[in-house]
Amino acid sequence: MSDPLLRIEGVSKHFGGFTALNNVTTHVNPGERFGLIGPNGSGKTTMINCVSGLLRNEEGKIIFDGKDVTDLKPHKRTGAGIARSFQIPRPFHTMSVIENLMIPAEFVGHHRGEKTDDRAEAMEILETMGMADKAEDPTTDLTQIELRKLELARAMAAKPKLLISDEAMAGLTGQEVDEVIDILFKMNERGITIIMIEHIMRAVMRFSQRIICLDAGQLIAEGTPEEIVKDKGVERAYLGSTDDG
Amino acid sequence: MAIFIDLLLNALVIGILLGGFYAALSIGLSITFGLLDVVNIAHPTLLILGAFIAFFLNSTWGIDPVLAGLIATPLFFAIGWVIYQIYYNAFEKSGAESLRGLAFFFGLLFIIEVGLIIQFGVDHRLVEAWYIGESANIVIGSEIDVAIPYRLLVAFVVAVAATLAIQVYLTRTFFGRAVRAVAQDMMALRLMGVDPIKVKRIAFAMGVATAGIGGALMIIVLPIEPSVGRLYIGNVFAIVVLGGLGSISGTLLAAIIIGIAESIVATFFGPSWSPAVSFGILLAVLALRPEGLFGKTAGAH
Amino acid sequence: MKYLFEIVCVLLIIGIFVLTQVVGNQFYFFIGFVILQYMVLATAWNILGGYGGYVNFGSAGFLATGAYTSVALINFLDIGLVEQIIAGGAIAGLLGFVTGYLTLRLRGVYFAIATLALAIILETVVAHWDYVGGAAGTSILPKRKPELFDIMVVDRKTGIFANYKEFLFFLMGTVAIISVWIARYIENSKLGRGLNAIKDSEEAAECMGVPTLRLKLIATTISGAMMGVAGAPLASYLTFIDPLSAFNLEYAVNAIAMPMIGGTVSWMGPVIGALLLGTAQQVSSLWIQSELNLLIVGVLLVIFVIIAPEGIVGWFRKSRKGSRG
Repeated sequence: MSDPLLRIEGVSKHFGGFTALNNVTTHVNPGERFGLIGPNGSGKTTMINCVSGLLRNEEGKIIFDGKDVTDLKPHKRTGAGIARSFQIPRPFHTMSVIENLMIPAEFVGHHRGEKTDDRAEAMEILETMGMADKAEDPTTDLTQIELRKLELARAMAAKPKLLISDEAMAGLTGQEVDEVIDILFKMNERGITIIMIEHIMRAVMRFSQRIICLDAGQLIAEGTPEEIVKDKGVERAYLGSTDDG
Repeated sequence: MAIFIDLLLNALVIGILLGGFYAALSIGLSITFGLLDVVNIAHPTLLILGAFIAFFLNSTWGIDPVLAGLIATPLFFAIGWVIYQIYYNAFEKSGAESLRGLAFFFGLLFIIEVGLIIQFGVDHRLVEAWYIGESANIVIGSEIDVAIPYRLLVAFVVAVAATLAIQVYLTRTFFGRAVRAVAQDMMALRLMGVDPIKVKRIAFAMGVATAGIGGALMIIVLPIEPSVGRLYIGNVFAIVVLGGLGSISGTLLAAIIIGIAESIVATFFGPSWSPAVSFGILLAVLALRPEGLFGKTAGAH
Repeated sequence: MKYLFEIVCVLLIIGIFVLTQVVGNQFYFFIGFVILQYMVLATAWNILGGYGGYVNFGSAGFLATGAYTSVALINFLDIGLVEQIIAGGAIAGLLGFVTGYLTLRLRGVYFAIATLALAIILETVVAHWDYVGGAAGTSILPKRKPELFDIMVVDRKTGIFANYKEFLFFLMGTVAIISVWIARYIENSKLGRGLNAIKDSEEAAECMGVPTLRLKLIATTISGAMMGVAGAPLASYLTFIDPLSAFNLEYAVNAIAMPMIGGTVSWMGPVIGALLLGTAQQVSSLWIQSELNLLIVGVLLVIFVIIAPEGIVGWFRKSRKGSRG
């Protein structure tokens, strides 16, 4: 087995007196499909905010691709190969769909000294998403699922090694969920490591090779989907601690 | 030395009284900006409007300015209601509040200020009441003489009473708790069957309504001309941010700190430096401790 | 044609020069200067406000910084107008950088409030600074027979310009055109696209690789410097300066109203806004009370942000798009 792509080592994050993440240690391997689950308020979003750099963890280290990125700003981490989508879509709403993709293409691409045809690449990403015909549309005209796809497409335009998909499927219909999963599978086949944060169990279980579960800021379980399903701790976390289960 | 102590004591007493008065000016903004997250930079100018209404009622019919402030309160409630309705429909609903919302309130500030200039001119105006011009003196020994102007004392008492009343209302009543919930969790309110927009509208109107009484206190304390409103932007925002957004008791404490700081600077360096004090404190707070001294974060992204 | 815009700019500068040589009525230069000054101010405001979404309420403070830098340097070194403009721009740019550095880590509204605070602190300080006239103000006598690279610039017989009004008008016209060129350049550059992304969603921009803090600092510095440049010749223009005229509310409100009414998305917005509002205000001030004039600007600003948020430019673009499809 090669070295992990992402290592999270003893990471803690506090908000005032509240501990959102408590000494979490885990890793993600290159090319892996990695699931992150946990009840509401368990620290999932905090954890990926720490990984993407929007939050700075007070304790612990985040090592990406062999480099310590703990003190790097988010845009530097994106440059290093971490890209994310947002749970509530945050498109650049005064731009067209393709212009949305051009932002990371321009700011990350040129940063690496690559000079490629950004526009053609952006179109190709949109094609894999089935959104090529929307390229010139303003984002304000998009439907909910199109906005979710745009989130993923824009993250892809940053040419990431690691893609973090933050609840990209919340509120979508069953068929739409399958559509998004297919897209994520496609990206994974291209060699991109994916962390999926998801509430829809069916989706995480189908997609992930390995899953961790957070509860109240603690890592309570780690394993394959089959192991996680059987885990008593996970069951308790989801059903509530009053249940003796 | 005795002279220094005399000056310092006077400055402290005036500062505390001034602080109470500032709390009354800031309390409305503490609700609209601190709790509801609506950046009403027109608040100080609404206060000036309140001051001129008190001036008008006082000079025309001889109505006591405090009473005039109370009379004007329903009018300001209505003004606040209308402003929020426009703000919500034009900006908040579509999520485009930041840039345009700010420009909207700036335009409002400007219209009120210039409207007052056109109506009343740029001269300083003042009101008449039995407590204006007199002061109580506390004499200690032969050299220390602390003067307490009644005008400031009246403003202080009314201001503290109004602030405490709002504090009680926000913490003890169902509606008050709903207002504070709006600031934290809109969803929870919806689940309780409360329309958050309605709560915000009433709360915003309440915040603006304080400009009636606040404005009256303003013109009791000092002569007013239309453009001084802008000088108070520093005061009220410094107090609301320093006090921790939306914390009413924090607002009172921060107001007293600013009041004392201004009073000491005015005593020892001259009153023309006063505007720089609150704005300086505001800049320092924003740069160094955006979460304020007593409360929740002012929101780094 | 690749350099069409640049060629038009040069032609316009030449045109302004020709105007100063053929038009005899000084009144036109007098009001033309003000309109051009507003054009610079509105363009400067729009780089940060329109492209980046950060509202500056303290435009008058930056403009006054330029004006008072000139006054201080005239008193200290007796320097000429061109040097004043450069120095005023440099100091105001530095001020923009420092303001940005102190406040841009916070939410946008705090930047807006901080700029307002800054303008009032500066006004208080200047009012106490006797070297530049204090609260009472000071008279500025333009240098007699100024020379630039040994060429007589202003002299009734031998100078390029017959008097100061013409020279000032030409300088401000050149500054305005260069400012508009800079704004247009930024709009079509990586910086402009990054600022747009910041305006739409700062967190998303940062996560998509945009160095948000750095771009914002560049924008506050450029915007501040341009405002300082607009203010630097003010003392020479008025031949007298006091805090009231330099920190005038008209500047603060017009700096916002002109781009908002013209349209913030394009460099054309502030230009159109400044030409329309500036001309209207200057002309109407002949028979309307100046306060009423300002009231109209305020009302227009509020109406436009409510019903036509894209301004005249956006409205025009929309109707053109509508007629096409």
